Amino acid sequence: MAYMKRSPWIIHYDGSSCNGCDIEVLACLTPLYDVERFGIINTGNPKHADILVVTGSVNEQSRQVIRNIYDQMPEPKVVVAFGICACSGGVFRECYNVDGGIDQVIPVDVYVPGCPVRPEQIIDGVVRALGVLEEKRARMKSGEPAEAGV
Amino acid sequence: MSRQIVIPFGPQHPVLPEPIHLDLVMEDERVVEAIPSIGYVHRGLEKLVEKREYRDFVYIAERICGICSFIHGMTYCHAVEGVMELDVPPRALYLRTVWSELSRLHSHLLWLGLMADAMGFESLFMQAWRLREHVLDDLESTTGNRVIQGVCKVGGVRRDVSNQKLREIVDGLAGIEPALRDLLKVFVEDDSIRHRLVGVGPLTEHQAWELGAVGPVLRASGVANDIRQTGYAAYDELDFRPVVETGGDCYARTVVRARELFTSIDLIRQAVEKIPDGPVETKVTGNPKGEFYARSEQPRGEVVHYVRANGTKHLVRFRVRTPTFTNIPPLLEAMKGLQLADVPVVVLSIDPCIGCAER
Repeated sequence: MAYMKRSPWIIHYDGSSCNGCDIEVLACLTPLYDVERFGIINTGNPKHADILVVTGSVNEQSRQVIRNIYDQMPEPKVVVAFGICACSGGVFRECYNVDGGIDQVIPVDVYVPGCPVRPEQIIDGVVRALGVLEEKRARMKSGEPAEAGV
Repeated sequence: MSRQIVIPFGPQHPVLPEPIHLDLVMEDERVVEAIPSIGYVHRGLEKLVEKREYRDFVYIAERICGICSFIHGMTYCHAVEGVMELDVPPRALYLRTVWSELSRLHSHLLWLGLMADAMGFESLFMQAWRLREHVLDDLESTTGNRVIQGVCKVGGVRRDVSNQKLREIVDGLAGIEPALRDLLKVFVEDDSIRHRLVGVGPLTEHQAWELGAVGPVLRASGVANDIRQTGYAAYDELDFRPVVETGGDCYARTVVRARELFTSIDLIRQAVEKIPDGPVETKVTGNPKGEFYARSEQPRGEVVHYVRANGTKHLVRFRVRTPTFTNIPPLLEAMKGLQLADVPVVVLSIDPCIGCAER
């Protein structure tokens, strides 16, 4: 499977973002940045995905949806929080319906702050996620659980 | 009558970049009724006015939505300036107009791409987004940011743009205009696109008006309603006519948006020709007291910002009525009798911006 190491599939969910980070995630797929040339594909199916990309913070209603998507993804899996809202709640952290970053619900491996994140930062975040994915795969091979401390 | 079943659509769905949930009541392949449930991206930011000072709140207003962020920030500033009876320098008003139209260009190109993607026309999606990057470059070189610009403030704008740079923007847009014409031609003439869009999800003029549709959805049903005609910012000194189509279906909505690209380019050209020299901000002292409604035309339609202040540095009440929220009842009407396979296209045809609608 070595040839697949560098081509993760991504699933994107918008926790409660303002769209700013979402359209930058989409912009990465289009001709100027074009991550698809590395085989990185945005899929809609959690069972096909290696990396869960979350933009926006967690609120009461999105909590369960994020949990569901995460639970459906096969091991090893990596979670990347794109944008300051997904990291900590950002400018909205004092709002009554914002609980904070997505690490309130699921374990996060890579944090990429920014408001909004730039496509260059997004690509960098995904590349860092690849390293984490590799570590988790190695752990699984040696019989340990992929998630440290689980 | 055949048996009815309910199919859930969303919140996480391949055609939806943002979460919204619809329960589709189906009879065989036909939609009988669509029942929306929203609240996945509700943040409650209107109440934040109690914690942020009115000048700082522009940052929050811009982040109501990342796509139409500049126009949200500008409308909020209009509302506060209306309460305080500030005279904004004309150069600032012209710059706001230029940035508004650049925002509209990038938003419409984004939407045309998403629409092509929803129809399965992937290369057209890529073409639209490739052209959109040109507009984003203009925004970045004048404001410093690609999507959330952070350049509007109460009393004016945060930075000036040299006349030379403005002329470069006009020349650049003239340079991509032929490519945009090609894009328009595909959306208007291509057979496979017409097959997917003509006659799908129609709204009559009467229905659209009665159900409160705004923006391109209303104009596609034959109503010439464009809030830019009320003449906010510098629009009263510029010459334009609202783009109107009469089909009322998804095709008409697509063509309205595609043709509006050229209205925006023309408005930017006119604004750059007429822009006066002078300061770009006025000094703001004291706190607002009173109330004001500000309206402006977003890429998706009319947005209303309401502000009430009591003479302290915190506003008492802030309320936004966004175009997507008002376009949901017309959408539900347009979905009746639809085939299941057409649902994604019709949902997308109102240009749903859930971030705006739920705030």
